[in-house]
Amino acid sequence: MSHVLAVLEQRDGALRKVSYEVVTGARRLADALGGRVDALILASGAVKGTEQVGRYGADKVITLTNPAFALYAPEGYARTIAERIKSGSYGAVVFAASATGKDLAPRVAAGLGRPLAQDVVDLAVENGAVTVIRPVYAGKALMKLKVAGTPALLSLRPNVFTPVERPKAGTQESGAAAGPAGRVVVKAIKAAEAGTLDVAEAPIIVSGGRGLKEPANFKVLEELAAAFAGRAAVGASRAVVDAGWRPHADQVGQTGKTVSPTLYVAVGISGAIQHLAGMRTSKVIVAINKDKDAPIFKVADYGIVGDLFEVVPKLTEEIKKLHG
Amino acid sequence: MKIAVCIKRVPDSETRVKIAADGKSLDEAGVKFILNPYDEFAVEEALRRKEKAGAGEVVVIALGPAAAQETIRTTLAMGADRGILLQTDRIPTDGLEVAKALAAELKGAGFDLILCVTTVAHLEIEGMKGVAEREIEGGVEVVEFPLPAVLTTDKGLNEPRYPALKGIMAAKKKPLDVKPATLGAGGGALEILALTPPPERKEGKIVGAGPAAVPELVRLLREEAKVL
Repeated sequence: MSHVLAVLEQRDGALRKVSYEVVTGARRLADALGGRVDALILASGAVKGTEQVGRYGADKVITLTNPAFALYAPEGYARTIAERIKSGSYGAVVFAASATGKDLAPRVAAGLGRPLAQDVVDLAVENGAVTVIRPVYAGKALMKLKVAGTPALLSLRPNVFTPVERPKAGTQESGAAAGPAGRVVVKAIKAAEAGTLDVAEAPIIVSGGRGLKEPANFKVLEELAAAFAGRAAVGASRAVVDAGWRPHADQVGQTGKTVSPTLYVAVGISGAIQHLAGMRTSKVIVAINKDKDAPIFKVADYGIVGDLFEVVPKLTEEIKKLHG
Repeated sequence: MKIAVCIKRVPDSETRVKIAADGKSLDEAGVKFILNPYDEFAVEEALRRKEKAGAGEVVVIALGPAAAQETIRTTLAMGADRGILLQTDRIPTDGLEVAKALAAELKGAGFDLILCVTTVAHLEIEGMKGVAEREIEGGVEVVEFPLPAVLTTDKGLNEPRYPALKGIMAAKKKPLDVKPATLGAGGGALEILALTPPPERKEGKIVGAGPAAVPELVRLLREEAKVL
């Protein structure tokens, strides 16, 4: 019997959405391995949302608290998780490949001397061993890996594992995580403007490229994003980020973020190969471009050929109607 | 200030990836390899730190095949002082193994700072203390740390310089130490089963031209794609 540990993520005392994705991935492994899912949360006190974790398949929800754990504490978190892993018989440990998870998971892996399969987009158990699929060469190929030995450590790409309801007991446990927080200290989080979503996590992305002609014109995309009532973020192509029109945090593509939203609307983006690498796993792609031969139409599910300054405002109007 | 920068070679961003006949690796025929674009930010940052301090050394280290010497030369042309290649034709799938080999080489050599890719978008260092900012979802994390430290640099940290002709000429004479990589026996823990191209997206449809096509697009997104 081999159990699975799901390492969840909180910010400001509330669970982040990616946590439910991690539980969903962990549940799939646990079903195949015939074990239990333990969900682990590190925080400075009680965390909102933990009562929901059972719904997505956690048998146990363990909150370990330390006054220094309100914000991410790289060394303290890694040590606490590694100790927890060593004390249980875990066949697999699942992290989120979020900004924090990309820092945390390798630390835990190094602490345990175990390999880490990062940025996983699919997983399975074959002949008792965990196998995963991860994008390589910036999404231009998929690599299937077998993780030998236990525990198998993996981190899941955000927005890929849709949370699935699989009600389990979700028994709550809590305890103290003793020990120092470490030498590397997160002093603060400077939050982005209230209500703005990160492109890596938004279910809908409205992205703009050189076709926008100048930075001020991104207003038409911001208005379209706003029409989706808090569900959309504004992204950008490398060309406009390099030109300084938009911040790098918004860049989608090979030297920016790789995204998998439900809906990706590419506006005035020609579709360079390095951009396609970053968004080709979107569920539905819409392209709006005045050049009917633009490569973006080759990957788009739906396209409109036309002047974006006429098409986008009309789309904004129609979306607003839907949200009445 | 003595700074090490860990770099690697990657296929050019514009490269189309082809899978080799074994179904497990990249077909390197005709693939142009370049310095990882993110690594340019790390090299640039190291050069700026050294210039600011007025003294020090920038050492660039890579693990990879003999051809990676060319990639290291690129950074020497940018201004790095010397290079080290831990040579192997078998690059481990497990990043931890690579990290261990690099760490073994750098350990005890007196580096104040070790730079790799990729998360820090802003960095300040005063004396033996550093403050870095890194992008997280929906914000920026402010992180304090003591030196010596390992830092990972992100796009936006600086504007990397282009190697000047003088630098390219000088790079040919700079020391580049090539030695075999010492890798652990744990290489089999992550076994590559297959490398495949990503699933093709089936060709979509052009809904129409101009704003008149928008109502039909919205209908399709609602009724056919069911994403609205």
